[in-house]
Amino acid sequence: MKYLLRNITIAALLSLASGVAAAQTLTGAGATFPYPIYSKWFDVYKQKTGVEINYQSIGSGAGIQQVKAGTVDFGASDAALSNDRLKEMPRKVVHFPTVAGALAMVYNLPDLKVPLKLTPDAIIGIYMGKVTMWNDPLIAKANPGVALPGVPLLVVHRSDGSGTTNIFTTYLSAVNTQWKETVGANTAVSWPTGVGGKGNDGVAGLVHQTPGAIGYVELAYAKQNKLAVALVRNKAGNFVEPSLASTIAAVAAAGPALKKDVRTPIVNAAAPDAYPIAGLTFLLVYQDMKDPARAKALANFIDWAIHDGQALAEPLEYARLPEDLVKVNEATLHTLTSGGKKLL
Amino acid sequence: MATGVAELERGWRGPRTRARARAWADTAHHRLLQILALTVFVAVVLIAWQTVQGALPALRAYGWRFLISQDWDPVAEHFGALPYLFGTAMSSALALLLALPLGIGTAITLVELAPRRVGSIVAFVVELLASIPSIVYGLWGLFVLAPTLRSIYEPWLIKHFGFVPLFRGFPFGIGMLNAGIVLGVMIVPTIVSISREILLSMPRALREAALALGATRAEAIGVTLDAARPGILGAVILALGRALGETMAVTMVIGNTNRMSISLLAPGATMASVIANEFTEATTKLHLSALIEIALVLLAATTLVNAAARLLVIWTTGGRRDVAGAA
Repeated sequence: MKYLLRNITIAALLSLASGVAAAQTLTGAGATFPYPIYSKWFDVYKQKTGVEINYQSIGSGAGIQQVKAGTVDFGASDAALSNDRLKEMPRKVVHFPTVAGALAMVYNLPDLKVPLKLTPDAIIGIYMGKVTMWNDPLIAKANPGVALPGVPLLVVHRSDGSGTTNIFTTYLSAVNTQWKETVGANTAVSWPTGVGGKGNDGVAGLVHQTPGAIGYVELAYAKQNKLAVALVRNKAGNFVEPSLASTIAAVAAAGPALKKDVRTPIVNAAAPDAYPIAGLTFLLVYQDMKDPARAKALANFIDWAIHDGQALAEPLEYARLPEDLVKVNEATLHTLTSGGKKLL
Repeated sequence: MATGVAELERGWRGPRTRARARAWADTAHHRLLQILALTVFVAVVLIAWQTVQGALPALRAYGWRFLISQDWDPVAEHFGALPYLFGTAMSSALALLLALPLGIGTAITLVELAPRRVGSIVAFVVELLASIPSIVYGLWGLFVLAPTLRSIYEPWLIKHFGFVPLFRGFPFGIGMLNAGIVLGVMIVPTIVSISREILLSMPRALREAALALGATRAEAIGVTLDAARPGILGAVILALGRALGETMAVTMVIGNTNRMSISLLAPGATMASVIANEFTEATTKLHLSALIEIALVLLAATTLVNAAARLLVIWTTGGRRDVAGAA
């Protein structure tokens, strides 16, 4: 009798352990840009629910490959998948925007006392290689009364493929047709000019140590490195500083378009207070997942991340999702299934 | 005690069994070593096979044009490796140019001129250089060398030699020159330590005979060097191999651009650096495949360099195998 009881207990424990283990560990891979907030989320979420999420920040491109191969429960990418890329996937993949971020135009002009103002034309001129000196009329026009030095410009871009570059070149393509046709938008492009720094820290480092340099980095890196940040003229004609508030304004302005398709770029937003060089980052999930337990755990996590998780974004310099976009995510969440059965 | 036990065991097995067991152990040992040696060979073959497989889409799409096209445009999906081939060749050549006199000069000094104890201490320090991680060299290039080049040496070069296309441009500190210097410093230890071993292995009689014939000290060193040439050549090729494949340090200081320029002050890129830069975020199949094809080209280049080195050694020694390093 005692023997039997012990056996039953062990069997029960074993089945419990295996059932829980299957549901308790999720794997994901992809973008490096949201890694700080994601790892914070996974950490807090594990303490709260016991669900462990292993995330490898191997880059958006590699993350998409992993999703395609089905080796992870979810992928993460700073660039939304194009229609062509979606068609390459074995099953339907849905996008969940999680947080937004802004890119700061950083520069190194030690003698400049007021913040530099940049127009889209000036940024295009600089990155096309047409503007080579700081006192070029194209830059000077937007900075009346400011003595710009006659020093050569060192144009710095990312050398590694990155979501940051994707946001920046998407912006340049949105404001200039010549850029769109000759260079285009991608995680890596054929730059007409400039030098490449590896990673946000590489670009920040080059700008920091080279007088006359200009580059683009994620807002958090500009702040950490105490780099001078330029104001950029938005579509409404106002010079706007990159900040969480102006990024949220950009996401909010894109609301109706995002409602139709969350993949719509939010660059060059029309609102008067919106910062024009910003982007969303996404989780990529199969709409129908095979393992019901894992699928349920993932859906629960996303539900938490787009609601309670948002409060953790701002201390890490990410912009939280506006209410409209949270609603769009909720709607997408309700389309998730496993074996045809709804998860939430 | 141990031998006693062994004797006891042998005692009841008998001489024939013992011989058979020994032969079996010999064969097993032999096979094991063969398998180990084969593993390395198979690994290389598998790497080559996998690389070719990965590169197939790009090979089919671009063919030979891949090697001569200057275009590297991930958006339009036009891929050509020429800027990276050029960058790898130029940065490695520059590194060799700097490291060769420095490395061989150091090796000669350590073996022939410096007091024995000083020689071994300096040799130890030089070998220490080889164990510094390449990211540290990269950081040094970025935060120490680049500002110095930018504020002192490059303006000087532009002012005095600006008429030569090699030194035309703006002094930004990072670029081909910086990459060449960093690579040069990185490969000096390889050249020094191998050349030193080779010179140490030269028979004393060689130098003594030269001196006895009335040669000056410099001439005697020349005779030793001449005999050591194949080995030193081997050292140089090994160093070149490291320069060709070095990734992290170069990526940090070369400026990473796909535009080719003859100027040393301009930014560039190498085959290894473009792979490191773009591999993780390559989102299209062709982009990924083109990067793998670059790896294939790099593999072929290093194979060619090594093969050329072997041929050169055979040619300079006339096929003799008694000269140091000829094997």
